[in-house]
Amino acid sequence: MGTHCYETGNHHHQSRPRLIHTQSPLCLGGWTQAWSGGGTDRGVVAGGGVGVWLDMAVMSHGIHIDNLTLGYERHPAVHHLSGVFEAGSLTAVVGPNGAGKSTLLKGILGVLRPLSGEVRLDGIKAQQIAYLPQQAELEANFPLTVLDAVLMGHWRRSGAWRAMNGMLRRQALDALESVGLSGFASRVMSTLSGGQRQRVLFARLLVEDAPVILLDEPFMAIDTHTATDLLALIHRWHGMGRTIIAVLHDLEQVRSHFPCTLYLARRALVWGPTAMALTPEVMAQARSMSEAWNDHAFWCGKEAS
Amino acid sequence: MTLHEILLDPFEQFGFMRRALVASIALACGSGPIGVFLMLRRLSLMGDALSHAILPGVAAGFLLAGFSLPIMTLGGFVAGLLVAVLSGVSARFTLLQEDAGFASFQSISLAVGVLIVAAKGGSVDLLHLLFGSVLAVDDAALLLAVGSASVSLVVVAVIYRPLVIQCFDPAYLRLSSHRGELWHLIFLALVVLVLVAGFQVLGSLMAVGLMMLPAIAARFWARQVWSLMLVAIVLAILSAIVGLLLSFHFRLPSGPAIVLVAGVIHVVSLVFGPRGGIWSRIRLNNRHYQEC
Repeated sequence: MGTHCYETGNHHHQSRPRLIHTQSPLCLGGWTQAWSGGGTDRGVVAGGGVGVWLDMAVMSHGIHIDNLTLGYERHPAVHHLSGVFEAGSLTAVVGPNGAGKSTLLKGILGVLRPLSGEVRLDGIKAQQIAYLPQQAELEANFPLTVLDAVLMGHWRRSGAWRAMNGMLRRQALDALESVGLSGFASRVMSTLSGGQRQRVLFARLLVEDAPVILLDEPFMAIDTHTATDLLALIHRWHGMGRTIIAVLHDLEQVRSHFPCTLYLARRALVWGPTAMALTPEVMAQARSMSEAWNDHAFWCGKEAS
Repeated sequence: MTLHEILLDPFEQFGFMRRALVASIALACGSGPIGVFLMLRRLSLMGDALSHAILPGVAAGFLLAGFSLPIMTLGGFVAGLLVAVLSGVSARFTLLQEDAGFASFQSISLAVGVLIVAAKGGSVDLLHLLFGSVLAVDDAALLLAVGSASVSLVVVAVIYRPLVIQCFDPAYLRLSSHRGELWHLIFLALVVLVLVAGFQVLGSLMAVGLMMLPAIAARFWARQVWSLMLVAIVLAILSAIVGLLLSFHFRLPSGPAIVLVAGVIHVVSLVFGPRGGIWSRIRLNNRHYQEC
Protein backbone atom coordinates (compact mmCIF):
# COMPACT_ATOMS: atom_id res chain seq x y z
CA MET A 1 0.00 0.00 0.00
CA GLY A 2 1.12 3.50 -0.65
CA THR A 3 3.70 2.84 -3.26
CA HIS A 4 1.96 4.67 -6.05
CA CYS A 5 -0.65 7.33 -5.74
CA TYR A 6 -2.89 6.35 -8.61
CA GLU A 7 -4.17 3.44 -10.49
CA THR A 8 -5.65 4.02 -13.82
CA GLY A 9 -8.09 1.77 -15.52
CA ASN A 10 -8.63 3.55 -18.79
CA HIS A 11 -7.59 0.52 -20.76
CA HIS A 12 -10.17 0.96 -23.45
CA HIS A 13 -9.35 4.58 -24.06
CA GLN A 14 -8.18 5.57 -27.48
CA SER A 15 -5.63 8.09 -26.34
CA ARG A 16 -4.41 6.32 -23.26
CA PRO A 17 -3.21 8.30 -20.30
CA ARG A 18 0.42 8.08 -19.44
CA LEU A 19 0.95 5.37 -16.89
CA ILE A 20 3.63 6.27 -14.46
CA HIS A 21 4.56 3.58 -12.02
CA THR A 22 6.80 4.50 -9.22
CA GLN A 23 8.18 2.51 -6.41
CA SER A 24 8.90 5.48 -4.23
CA PRO A 25 6.17 6.93 -2.05
CA LEU A 26 6.32 10.27 -3.81
CA CYS A 27 2.75 11.24 -3.19
CA LEU A 28 2.49 10.32 0.44
CA GLY A 29 3.71 12.05 3.52
CA GLY A 30 6.02 10.39 5.97
CA TRP A 31 3.36 10.16 8.60
CA THR A 32 1.08 7.98 6.56
CA GLN A 33 3.97 5.77 5.71
CA ALA A 34 4.75 5.31 9.35
CA TRP A 35 1.16 4.58 10.09
CA SER A 36 0.45 2.16 7.34
CA GLY A 37 3.64 0.32 8.20
CA GLY A 38 3.31 0.32 11.95
CA GLY A 39 0.81 -1.85 13.74
CA THR A 40 -0.22 0.64 16.42
CA ASP A 41 -3.89 1.30 16.88
CA ARG A 42 -3.73 5.01 17.42
CA GLY A 43 -1.42 7.75 16.36
CA VAL A 44 -1.02 11.08 18.02
CA VAL A 45 -0.15 14.08 15.97
CA ALA A 46 0.91 17.43 17.27
CA GLY A 47 -1.06 20.09 15.46
CA GLY A 48 -1.03 23.74 16.47
CA GLY A 49 0.10 22.94 19.96
CA VAL A 50 -2.94 20.76 20.58
CA GLY A 51 -2.50 17.03 20.43
CA VAL A 52 -5.01 15.54 18.04
CA TRP A 53 -5.94 11.92 18.34
CA LEU A 54 -6.86 10.14 15.19
CA ASP A 55 -8.28 6.68 15.28
CA MET A 56 -6.30 4.29 13.14
CA ALA A 57 -9.57 2.53 12.37
CA VAL A 58 -10.70 5.57 10.45
CA MET A 59 -7.33 6.41 9.01
CA SER A 60 -7.67 4.59 5.70
CA HIS A 61 -9.69 7.16 3.86
CA GLY A 62 -8.87 6.34 0.30
CA ILE A 63 -11.18 7.54 -2.43
CA HIS A 64 -11.67 5.09 -5.27
CA ILE A 65 -12.84 6.45 -8.59
CA ASP A 66 -14.14 3.65 -10.74
CA ASN A 67 -14.83 4.36 -14.42
CA LEU A 68 -16.61 7.52 -13.31
CA THR A 69 -18.55 9.70 -15.72
CA LEU A 70 -20.08 12.91 -14.38
CA GLY A 71 -21.85 15.54 -16.37
CA TYR A 72 -24.66 17.93 -16.97
CA GLU A 73 -27.69 17.14 -19.12
CA ARG A 74 -25.99 13.84 -19.99
CA HIS A 75 -22.97 15.59 -21.55
CA PRO A 76 -19.89 14.33 -19.75
CA ALA A 77 -17.70 16.80 -17.85
CA VAL A 78 -15.61 14.01 -16.33
CA HIS A 79 -15.39 11.07 -18.67
CA HIS A 80 -14.56 7.47 -17.71
CA LEU A 81 -12.15 8.41 -14.95
CA SER A 82 -10.58 5.68 -12.87
CA GLY A 83 -8.01 5.83 -10.12
CA VAL A 84 -7.41 6.19 -6.41
CA PHE A 85 -6.77 9.11 -4.12
CA GLU A 86 -4.76 7.18 -1.57
CA ALA A 87 -5.36 7.76 2.11
CA GLY A 88 -3.08 10.52 3.33
CA SER A 89 -2.18 11.72 -0.15
CA LEU A 90 -1.90 15.37 -1.12
CA THR A 91 -3.12 15.76 -4.67
CA ALA A 92 -3.47 18.79 -6.92
CA VAL A 93 -6.11 18.62 -9.62
CA VAL A 94 -5.14 20.81 -12.55
CA GLY A 95 -6.43 21.31 -16.06
CA PRO A 96 -7.99 23.88 -18.38
CA ASN A 97 -11.37 25.54 -17.75
CA GLY A 98 -14.19 23.13 -18.30
CA ALA A 99 -11.94 20.15 -17.67
CA GLY A 100 -14.26 18.84 -14.97
CA LYS A 101 -12.16 19.68 -11.91
CA SER A 102 -14.94 21.14 -9.78
CA THR A 103 -17.31 18.56 -11.17
CA LEU A 104 -15.05 15.79 -9.92
CA LEU A 105 -15.07 17.25 -6.41
CA LYS A 106 -18.86 17.45 -6.49
CA GLY A 107 -18.94 13.84 -7.62
CA ILE A 108 -16.77 12.79 -4.68
CA LEU A 109 -19.03 14.70 -2.30
CA GLY A 110 -22.03 12.93 -3.77
CA VAL A 111 -23.72 16.20 -4.71
CA LEU A 112 -23.67 15.19 -8.34
CA ARG A 113 -24.98 11.75 -9.29
CA PRO A 114 -22.65 9.85 -11.61
CA LEU A 115 -23.94 9.28 -15.13
CA SER A 116 -22.05 6.00 -14.91
CA GLY A 117 -19.35 4.42 -12.78
CA GLU A 118 -18.96 5.12 -9.09
CA VAL A 119 -17.02 6.79 -6.30
CA ARG A 120 -16.20 4.56 -3.36
CA LEU A 121 -15.20 6.10 -0.07
CA ASP A 122 -13.17 4.04 2.40
CA GLY A 123 -14.36 4.30 5.98
CA ILE A 124 -15.93 7.71 5.66
CA LYS A 125 -19.31 9.11 4.72
CA ALA A 126 -19.62 11.83 2.13
CA GLN A 127 -21.06 14.10 4.82
CA GLN A 128 -17.83 13.89 6.79
CA ILE A 129 -15.72 15.29 3.98
CA ALA A 130 -14.73 18.90 4.50
CA TYR A 131 -15.18 20.99 1.39
CA LEU A 132 -14.21 24.51 0.44
CA PRO A 133 -16.23 25.48 -2.64
CA GLN A 134 -14.82 27.64 -5.41
CA GLN A 135 -16.93 30.60 -4.44
CA ALA A 136 -18.64 29.92 -1.17
CA GLU A 137 -22.17 31.24 -1.56
CA LEU A 138 -21.86 33.08 1.73
CA GLU A 139 -24.48 35.64 2.56
CA ALA A 140 -22.15 38.64 2.47
CA ASN A 141 -24.19 40.94 4.71
CA PHE A 142 -25.17 38.32 7.22
CA PRO A 143 -24.94 39.60 10.80
CA LEU A 144 -22.55 36.94 12.09
CA THR A 145 -19.31 37.31 14.02
CA VAL A 146 -16.10 35.71 12.78
CA LEU A 147 -16.00 33.49 15.86
CA ASP A 148 -19.51 32.18 15.20
CA ALA A 149 -18.61 31.46 11.58
CA VAL A 150 -15.63 29.40 12.73
CA LEU A 151 -17.63 27.64 15.44
CA MET A 152 -19.88 26.44 12.65
CA GLY A 153 -17.12 23.95 11.90
CA HIS A 154 -18.16 21.96 14.98
CA TRP A 155 -21.56 21.31 13.41
CA ARG A 156 -21.01 17.67 12.49
CA ARG A 157 -20.15 16.80 16.06
CA SER A 158 -22.25 19.31 17.95
CA GLY A 159 -25.39 19.13 15.83
CA ALA A 160 -28.20 21.52 16.53
CA TRP A 161 -28.22 21.40 20.28
CA ARG A 162 -24.92 20.59 21.96
CA ALA A 163 -23.54 23.56 23.86
CA MET A 164 -20.52 25.40 22.52
CA ASN A 165 -18.44 24.96 25.64
CA GLY A 166 -15.11 26.51 26.52
CA MET A 167 -13.09 23.80 24.81
CA LEU A 168 -14.89 24.14 21.49
CA ARG A 169 -14.56 27.89 21.72
CA ARG A 170 -10.85 27.55 22.48
CA GLN A 171 -10.40 25.36 19.42
CA ALA A 172 -12.12 27.97 17.26
CA LEU A 173 -9.92 30.74 18.68
CA ASP A 174 -6.83 28.60 18.12
CA ALA A 175 -7.93 28.03 14.55
CA LEU A 176 -8.34 31.77 14.05
CA GLU A 177 -4.86 32.28 15.41
CA SER A 178 -3.35 29.72 13.05
CA VAL A 179 -4.82 31.50 10.05
CA GLY A 180 -3.49 34.82 11.34
CA LEU A 181 -6.78 36.37 12.41
CA SER A 182 -6.22 36.53 16.18
CA GLY A 183 -7.98 39.81 16.89
CA PHE A 184 -10.90 39.20 14.61
CA ALA A 185 -13.15 36.98 16.72
CA SER A 186 -15.84 39.55 17.40
CA ARG A 187 -15.68 41.30 14.04
CA VAL A 188 -18.72 40.93 11.81
CA MET A 189 -18.23 38.84 8.68
CA SER A 190 -19.45 41.59 6.36
CA THR A 191 -16.50 43.81 7.33
CA LEU A 192 -13.87 41.34 6.12
CA SER A 193 -11.97 41.46 2.87
CA GLY A 194 -12.06 38.60 0.40
CA GLY A 195 -8.73 37.20 1.58
CA GLN A 196 -9.72 37.48 5.23
CA ARG A 197 -12.98 35.69 4.50
CA GLN A 198 -11.01 32.90 2.87
CA ARG A 199 -8.85 32.67 6.00
CA VAL A 200 -11.99 32.38 8.10
CA LEU A 201 -13.17 29.52 5.91
CA PHE A 202 -9.80 27.82 6.39
CA ALA A 203 -10.17 28.28 10.13
CA ARG A 204 -13.55 26.60 9.89
CA LEU A 205 -11.94 23.72 7.99
CA LEU A 206 -9.39 23.46 10.82
CA VAL A 207 -12.17 23.19 13.35
CA GLU A 208 -14.03 20.64 11.25
CA ASP A 209 -11.10 18.30 11.78
CA ALA A 210 -12.17 16.12 8.85
CA PRO A 211 -10.02 13.23 7.60
CA VAL A 212 -10.64 14.17 3.97
CA ILE A 213 -10.49 17.75 2.72
CA LEU A 214 -11.48 19.00 -0.73
CA LEU A 215 -10.43 22.50 -1.78
CA ASP A 216 -11.73 24.09 -4.96
CA GLU A 217 -9.37 26.86 -6.08
CA PRO A 218 -8.66 27.94 -2.51
CA PHE A 219 -6.22 30.66 -3.54
CA MET A 220 -8.25 32.40 -6.19
CA ALA A 221 -8.05 36.17 -5.68
CA ILE A 222 -5.76 35.70 -2.68
CA ASP A 223 -2.44 37.53 -2.33
CA THR A 224 0.75 35.49 -2.26
CA HIS A 225 1.39 36.23 1.39
CA THR A 226 -1.99 34.82 2.42
CA ALA A 227 -1.59 31.92 0.01
CA THR A 228 1.74 31.03 1.61
CA ASP A 229 0.17 30.96 5.05
CA LEU A 230 -2.70 28.81 3.87
CA LEU A 231 -0.33 26.46 2.01
CA ALA A 232 1.54 25.95 5.29
CA LEU A 233 -1.76 24.89 6.83
CA ILE A 234 -2.34 22.42 4.03
CA HIS A 235 1.10 20.96 4.69
CA ARG A 236 0.24 20.62 8.34
CA TRP A 237 -2.93 18.74 7.48
CA HIS A 238 -0.91 16.52 5.17
CA GLY A 239 1.54 15.85 7.95
CA MET A 240 -1.36 14.74 10.13
CA GLY A 241 -2.27 12.08 7.61
CA ARG A 242 -5.33 13.71 6.13
CA THR A 243 -6.30 13.09 2.54
CA ILE A 244 -6.32 16.37 0.64
CA ILE A 245 -7.45 17.13 -2.89
CA ALA A 246 -7.08 20.70 -4.16
CA VAL A 247 -8.10 22.16 -7.50
CA LEU A 248 -5.40 24.63 -8.49
CA HIS A 249 -4.31 26.80 -11.41
CA ASP A 250 -0.89 28.00 -10.34
CA LEU A 251 1.40 25.27 -11.67
CA GLU A 252 4.43 26.67 -9.82
CA GLN A 253 2.52 26.26 -6.60
CA VAL A 254 1.63 22.70 -7.55
CA ARG A 255 5.24 21.88 -8.39
CA SER A 256 6.60 23.10 -5.12
CA HIS A 257 3.88 21.98 -2.73
CA PHE A 258 1.92 19.05 -4.09
CA PRO A 259 3.53 15.62 -4.36
CA CYS A 260 0.78 14.21 -6.52
CA THR A 261 -1.11 15.63 -9.49
CA LEU A 262 -4.17 14.67 -11.46
CA TYR A 263 -4.06 16.43 -14.82
CA LEU A 264 -7.67 16.46 -15.88
CA ALA A 265 -9.13 17.24 -19.28
CA ARG A 266 -12.45 15.48 -18.76
CA ARG A 267 -10.41 12.29 -18.67
CA ALA A 268 -7.14 11.91 -16.81
CA LEU A 269 -4.21 12.97 -18.97
CA VAL A 270 -1.89 12.00 -16.16
CA TRP A 271 -2.49 10.89 -12.61
CA GLY A 272 0.78 10.50 -10.80
CA PRO A 273 3.75 12.20 -9.18
CA THR A 274 3.73 15.90 -9.93
CA ALA A 275 7.15 15.96 -11.59
CA MET A 276 5.95 13.58 -14.26
CA ALA A 277 2.51 15.12 -14.64
CA LEU A 278 3.53 18.69 -15.39
CA THR A 279 5.57 18.14 -18.52
CA PRO A 280 5.36 20.29 -21.66
CA GLU A 281 3.82 17.43 -23.65
CA VAL A 282 1.00 16.91 -21.18
CA MET A 283 0.33 20.62 -21.06
CA ALA A 284 0.18 20.82 -24.83
CA GLN A 285 -2.21 17.91 -24.88
CA ALA A 286 -4.42 19.68 -22.33
CA ARG A 287 -4.53 22.82 -24.43
CA SER A 288 -5.90 20.90 -27.36
CA MET A 289 -8.83 19.65 -25.32
CA SER A 290 -11.98 20.75 -26.97
CA GLU A 291 -14.43 22.71 -24.86
CA ALA A 292 -17.08 22.36 -27.52
CA TRP A 293 -20.56 21.41 -26.43
CA ASN A 294 -22.21 19.49 -29.20
CA ASP A 295 -25.96 19.26 -28.81
CA HIS A 296 -26.08 16.43 -31.27
CA ALA A 297 -23.26 14.37 -29.83
CA PHE A 298 -23.58 10.64 -30.24
CA TRP A 299 -24.08 8.44 -27.20
CA CYS A 300 -20.81 7.25 -25.76
CA GLY A 301 -20.58 3.55 -26.49
CA LYS A 302 -18.08 2.61 -23.84
CA GLU A 303 -20.53 0.99 -21.51
CA ALA A 304 -21.49 -1.38 -24.28
CA SER A 305 -17.97 -2.39 -25.19
CA MET B 1 -57.47 64.56 28.41
CA THR B 2 -54.86 63.21 30.77
CA LEU B 3 -52.10 60.85 29.82
CA HIS B 4 -53.84 58.21 31.91
CA GLU B 5 -57.00 58.60 29.89
CA ILE B 6 -55.13 58.34 26.63
CA LEU B 7 -52.86 55.41 27.44
CA LEU B 8 -54.53 53.30 30.10
CA ASP B 9 -58.26 53.92 30.15
CA PRO B 10 -59.01 52.04 26.94
CA PHE B 11 -57.45 48.91 28.33
CA GLU B 12 -58.82 49.35 31.87
CA GLN B 13 -62.38 49.88 30.77
CA PHE B 14 -62.84 47.56 27.83
CA GLY B 15 -62.30 43.82 27.88
CA PHE B 16 -62.04 43.58 24.11
CA MET B 17 -59.11 46.03 24.17
CA ARG B 18 -57.30 43.92 26.73
CA ARG B 19 -57.84 40.81 24.65
CA ALA B 20 -56.70 42.60 21.53
CA LEU B 21 -53.62 43.82 23.37
CA VAL B 22 -52.62 40.39 24.65
CA ALA B 23 -53.30 38.76 21.28
CA SER B 24 -51.24 41.27 19.33
CA ILE B 25 -48.36 41.20 21.83
CA ALA B 26 -48.32 37.41 21.50
CA LEU B 27 -48.28 37.71 17.73
CA ALA B 28 -45.47 40.24 17.97
CA CYS B 29 -43.38 37.82 20.03
CA GLY B 30 -44.13 34.87 17.78
CA SER B 31 -43.60 36.53 14.44
CA GLY B 32 -40.63 38.80 15.19
CA PRO B 33 -37.95 36.06 15.08
CA ILE B 34 -39.61 34.45 12.06
CA GLY B 35 -39.56 37.77 10.25
CA VAL B 36 -35.86 38.20 11.03
CA PHE B 37 -35.02 34.82 9.53
CA LEU B 38 -37.16 35.50 6.46
CA MET B 39 -35.35 38.80 5.92
CA LEU B 40 -31.90 37.28 6.46
CA ARG B 41 -32.65 34.55 3.94
CA ARG B 42 -33.84 37.14 1.43
CA LEU B 43 -37.28 35.64 1.62
CA SER B 44 -38.93 38.84 2.84
CA LEU B 45 -41.62 38.56 0.19
CA MET B 46 -42.32 34.93 0.95
CA GLY B 47 -44.44 35.83 3.97
CA ASP B 48 -46.59 37.85 1.62
CA ALA B 49 -46.93 34.93 -0.74
CA LEU B 50 -47.82 32.55 2.07
CA SER B 51 -50.40 34.93 3.48
CA HIS B 52 -52.20 34.76 0.14
CA ALA B 53 -51.75 31.04 0.06
CA ILE B 54 -53.64 30.38 3.29
CA LEU B 55 -56.78 32.10 2.00
CA PRO B 56 -58.39 29.16 0.14
CA GLY B 57 -57.94 26.94 3.18
CA VAL B 58 -59.62 29.47 5.41
CA ALA B 59 -62.36 29.97 2.84
CA ALA B 60 -62.88 26.24 2.44
CA GLY B 61 -63.16 25.93 6.21
CA PHE B 62 -65.70 28.74 6.17
CA LEU B 63 -67.62 26.97 3.40
CA LEU B 64 -67.74 23.71 5.34
CA ALA B 65 -68.35 24.85 8.87
CA GLY B 66 -69.43 28.47 8.75
CA PHE B 67 -67.61 30.94 10.97
CA SER B 68 -65.76 28.34 13.00
CA LEU B 69 -62.30 29.43 14.04
CA PRO B 70 -60.71 26.00 14.56
CA ILE B 71 -61.86 24.68 11.17
CA MET B 72 -60.87 27.85 9.31
CA THR B 73 -57.50 27.90 11.04
CA LEU B 74 -56.86 24.29 10.23
CA GLY B 75 -57.84 24.89 6.61
CA GLY B 76 -55.52 27.87 6.38
CA PHE B 77 -52.64 25.98 7.94
CA VAL B 78 -53.05 23.05 5.55
CA ALA B 79 -53.33 25.29 2.48
CA GLY B 80 -50.29 27.35 3.48
CA LEU B 81 -48.21 24.28 4.20
CA LEU B 82 -49.28 22.71 0.90
CA VAL B 83 -48.10 25.74 -1.07
CA ALA B 84 -44.83 25.83 0.90
CA VAL B 85 -44.15 22.15 0.34
CA LEU B 86 -45.12 22.26 -3.33
CA SER B 87 -42.78 25.22 -3.88
CA GLY B 88 -40.00 23.44 -2.03
CA VAL B 89 -40.51 20.24 -3.98
CA SER B 90 -40.64 22.02 -7.33
CA ALA B 91 -37.39 23.79 -6.44
CA ARG B 92 -35.79 20.54 -5.36
CA PHE B 93 -36.74 18.43 -8.35
CA THR B 94 -36.97 20.88 -11.25
CA LEU B 95 -34.85 23.74 -12.51
CA LEU B 96 -37.16 26.32 -10.86
CA GLN B 97 -35.94 28.43 -7.95
CA GLU B 98 -38.02 28.36 -4.81
CA ASP B 99 -39.35 31.91 -5.25
CA ALA B 100 -40.72 31.02 -8.68
CA GLY B 101 -42.54 28.12 -7.08
CA PHE B 102 -44.00 30.39 -4.42
CA ALA B 103 -45.10 32.97 -6.97
CA SER B 104 -46.94 30.40 -9.05
CA PHE B 105 -48.55 28.32 -6.31
CA GLN B 106 -49.67 31.29 -4.24
CA SER B 107 -51.41 32.80 -7.29
CA ILE B 108 -53.24 29.55 -7.90
CA SER B 109 -54.09 29.30 -4.24
CA LEU B 110 -55.35 32.88 -4.01
CA ALA B 111 -57.54 32.47 -7.08
CA VAL B 112 -59.08 29.32 -5.63
CA GLY B 113 -59.66 31.11 -2.35
CA VAL B 114 -61.39 34.10 -3.93
CA LEU B 115 -63.58 31.76 -6.00
CA ILE B 116 -64.66 29.86 -2.89
CA VAL B 117 -65.48 33.05 -1.01
CA ALA B 118 -67.34 34.50 -4.00
CA ALA B 119 -69.35 31.32 -4.40
CA LYS B 120 -70.53 31.28 -0.80
CA GLY B 121 -70.18 34.46 1.15
CA GLY B 122 -70.41 38.13 0.35
CA SER B 123 -67.57 40.62 0.01
CA VAL B 124 -67.83 41.56 3.68
CA ASP B 125 -66.54 38.12 4.66
CA LEU B 126 -63.68 38.40 2.25
CA LEU B 127 -62.64 41.72 3.75
CA HIS B 128 -62.81 40.22 7.19
CA LEU B 129 -60.57 37.33 6.19
CA LEU B 130 -58.05 39.60 4.52
CA PHE B 131 -57.89 42.32 7.13
CA GLY B 132 -59.18 40.72 10.32
CA SER B 133 -60.89 42.45 13.22
CA VAL B 134 -58.64 42.82 16.17
CA LEU B 135 -61.46 44.27 18.26
CA ALA B 136 -63.56 41.11 18.02
CA VAL B 137 -61.01 38.67 19.41
CA ASP B 138 -62.77 35.95 21.38
CA ASP B 139 -61.25 33.43 23.78
CA ALA B 140 -60.57 30.90 21.03
CA ALA B 141 -58.71 33.43 18.88
CA LEU B 142 -56.76 34.60 21.90
CA LEU B 143 -55.73 31.06 22.79
CA LEU B 144 -54.76 30.38 19.21
CA ALA B 145 -52.61 33.49 18.98
CA VAL B 146 -50.86 32.90 22.30
CA GLY B 147 -50.48 29.17 21.68
CA SER B 148 -48.92 29.52 18.25
CA ALA B 149 -46.69 32.34 19.40
CA SER B 150 -45.36 30.06 22.15
CA VAL B 151 -44.84 27.17 19.76
CA SER B 152 -43.08 29.48 17.33
CA LEU B 153 -40.72 30.86 19.99
CA VAL B 154 -39.84 27.44 21.37
CA VAL B 155 -39.26 25.84 17.97
CA VAL B 156 -37.15 28.75 16.76
CA ALA B 157 -35.01 28.33 19.86
CA VAL B 158 -34.65 24.60 19.21
CA ILE B 159 -33.65 24.90 15.54
CA TYR B 160 -31.81 28.21 15.90
CA ARG B 161 -28.36 26.89 15.03
CA PRO B 162 -29.23 25.07 11.81
CA LEU B 163 -31.37 28.03 10.73
CA VAL B 164 -28.47 30.44 11.20
CA ILE B 165 -26.10 28.14 9.30
CA GLN B 166 -28.65 27.73 6.53
CA CYS B 167 -28.96 31.50 6.21
CA PHE B 168 -25.25 32.16 6.23
CA ASP B 169 -23.89 29.27 4.19
CA PRO B 170 -26.69 27.09 2.79
CA ALA B 171 -24.30 24.85 0.84
CA TYR B 172 -22.40 24.01 4.02
CA LEU B 173 -25.50 22.75 5.78
CA ARG B 174 -26.60 20.83 2.69
CA LEU B 175 -23.29 19.00 2.53
CA SER B 176 -22.74 18.29 6.19
CA SER B 177 -26.25 17.40 7.25
CA HIS B 178 -28.71 15.11 5.60
CA ARG B 179 -31.48 16.93 7.44
CA GLY B 180 -31.03 20.27 5.71
CA GLU B 181 -34.42 20.03 4.03
CA LEU B 182 -36.06 19.13 7.32
CA TRP B 183 -34.96 22.33 9.07
CA HIS B 184 -36.24 24.35 6.15
CA LEU B 185 -39.58 22.57 6.20
CA ILE B 186 -40.00 23.10 9.94
CA PHE B 187 -39.23 26.76 9.42
CA LEU B 188 -41.81 27.09 6.64
CA ALA B 189 -44.39 25.40 8.85
CA LEU B 190 -43.65 28.02 11.52
CA VAL B 191 -44.17 30.85 9.03
CA VAL B 192 -47.54 29.39 8.09
CA LEU B 193 -48.48 28.81 11.73
CA VAL B 194 -47.77 32.39 12.77
CA LEU B 195 -49.58 33.81 9.74
CA VAL B 196 -52.63 31.64 10.38
CA ALA B 197 -52.64 32.62 14.04
CA GLY B 198 -52.63 36.24 12.97
CA PHE B 199 -55.39 36.05 10.40
CA GLN B 200 -58.24 36.27 12.91
CA VAL B 201 -56.66 39.12 14.80
CA LEU B 202 -55.05 41.16 12.04
CA GLY B 203 -56.23 39.50 8.86
CA SER B 204 -53.93 37.44 6.72
CA LEU B 205 -52.60 40.44 4.79
CA MET B 206 -51.89 42.59 7.84
CA ALA B 207 -50.24 39.76 9.79
CA VAL B 208 -47.39 39.88 7.29
CA GLY B 209 -46.90 43.56 8.05
CA LEU B 210 -46.47 42.90 11.76
CA MET B 211 -44.05 40.09 10.91
CA MET B 212 -41.80 41.84 8.41
CA LEU B 213 -41.78 45.58 9.19
CA PRO B 214 -40.29 45.37 12.71
CA ALA B 215 -37.85 42.66 11.58
CA ILE B 216 -36.55 44.80 8.74
CA ALA B 217 -36.47 47.95 10.88
CA ALA B 218 -34.40 46.02 13.46
CA ARG B 219 -31.63 45.77 10.89
CA PHE B 220 -30.85 49.45 11.55
CA TRP B 221 -30.46 48.98 15.29
CA ALA B 222 -28.82 45.61 15.91
CA ARG B 223 -25.99 43.63 14.36
CA GLN B 224 -26.34 40.06 15.53
CA VAL B 225 -29.06 37.54 14.89
CA TRP B 226 -30.28 37.27 18.47
CA SER B 227 -30.27 41.03 19.05
CA LEU B 228 -32.10 41.56 15.77
CA MET B 229 -34.83 39.28 17.06
CA LEU B 230 -35.03 41.08 20.36
CA VAL B 231 -35.29 44.48 18.70
CA ALA B 232 -37.87 43.14 16.23
CA ILE B 233 -40.06 41.87 19.05
CA VAL B 234 -39.82 45.13 20.99
CA LEU B 235 -40.65 47.21 17.92
CA ALA B 236 -43.59 44.92 17.06
CA ILE B 237 -45.01 45.19 20.59
CA LEU B 238 -44.62 48.96 20.45
CA SER B 239 -46.49 49.04 17.12
CA ALA B 240 -49.25 46.87 18.55
CA ILE B 241 -49.81 49.09 21.60
CA VAL B 242 -49.68 52.40 19.75
CA GLY B 243 -51.73 51.02 16.87
CA LEU B 244 -54.46 49.76 19.16
CA LEU B 245 -54.65 53.09 20.98
CA LEU B 246 -54.85 54.99 17.72
CA SER B 247 -57.57 52.71 16.44
CA PHE B 248 -59.49 53.20 19.69
CA HIS B 249 -59.27 56.98 19.87
CA PHE B 250 -59.74 57.68 16.17
CA ARG B 251 -62.08 54.79 15.35
CA LEU B 252 -59.71 53.29 12.79
CA PRO B 253 -59.64 49.64 11.74
CA SER B 254 -57.11 48.13 14.12
CA GLY B 255 -55.10 45.88 11.77
CA PRO B 256 -54.03 48.61 9.37
CA ALA B 257 -53.47 51.00 12.29
CA ILE B 258 -50.99 48.58 13.90
CA VAL B 259 -49.19 47.92 10.65
CA LEU B 260 -49.04 51.62 9.82
CA VAL B 261 -47.40 52.36 13.15
CA ALA B 262 -44.89 49.62 12.36
CA GLY B 263 -44.44 51.34 9.00
CA VAL B 264 -43.70 54.68 10.66
CA ILE B 265 -41.17 52.97 12.94
CA HIS B 266 -39.61 51.42 9.88
CA VAL B 267 -39.24 54.76 8.07
CA VAL B 268 -37.81 56.39 11.20
CA SER B 269 -35.28 53.54 11.50
CA LEU B 270 -34.44 53.87 7.83
CA VAL B 271 -33.55 57.51 8.34
CA PHE B 272 -32.15 57.61 11.88
CA GLY B 273 -31.00 54.04 12.51
CA PRO B 274 -27.40 54.04 13.77
CA ARG B 275 -26.39 50.98 11.72
CA GLY B 276 -26.48 52.07 8.14
CA GLY B 277 -29.43 54.41 8.34
CA ILE B 278 -29.45 57.39 5.95
CA TRP B 279 -28.59 59.93 8.64
CA SER B 280 -25.70 57.91 10.06
CA ARG B 281 -24.26 57.55 6.57
CA ILE B 282 -24.44 61.30 5.93
CA ARG B 283 -23.09 62.21 9.34
CA LEU B 284 -20.17 59.79 9.20
CA ASN B 285 -19.48 60.45 5.58
CA ASN B 286 -16.13 62.14 6.06
CA ARG B 287 -15.11 60.58 9.33
CA HIS B 288 -13.18 57.41 9.76
CA TYR B 289 -10.88 55.71 12.20
CA GLN B 290 -7.12 55.91 12.20
CA GLU B 291 -5.23 53.21 10.40
CA CYS B 292 -3.77 50.74 12.84
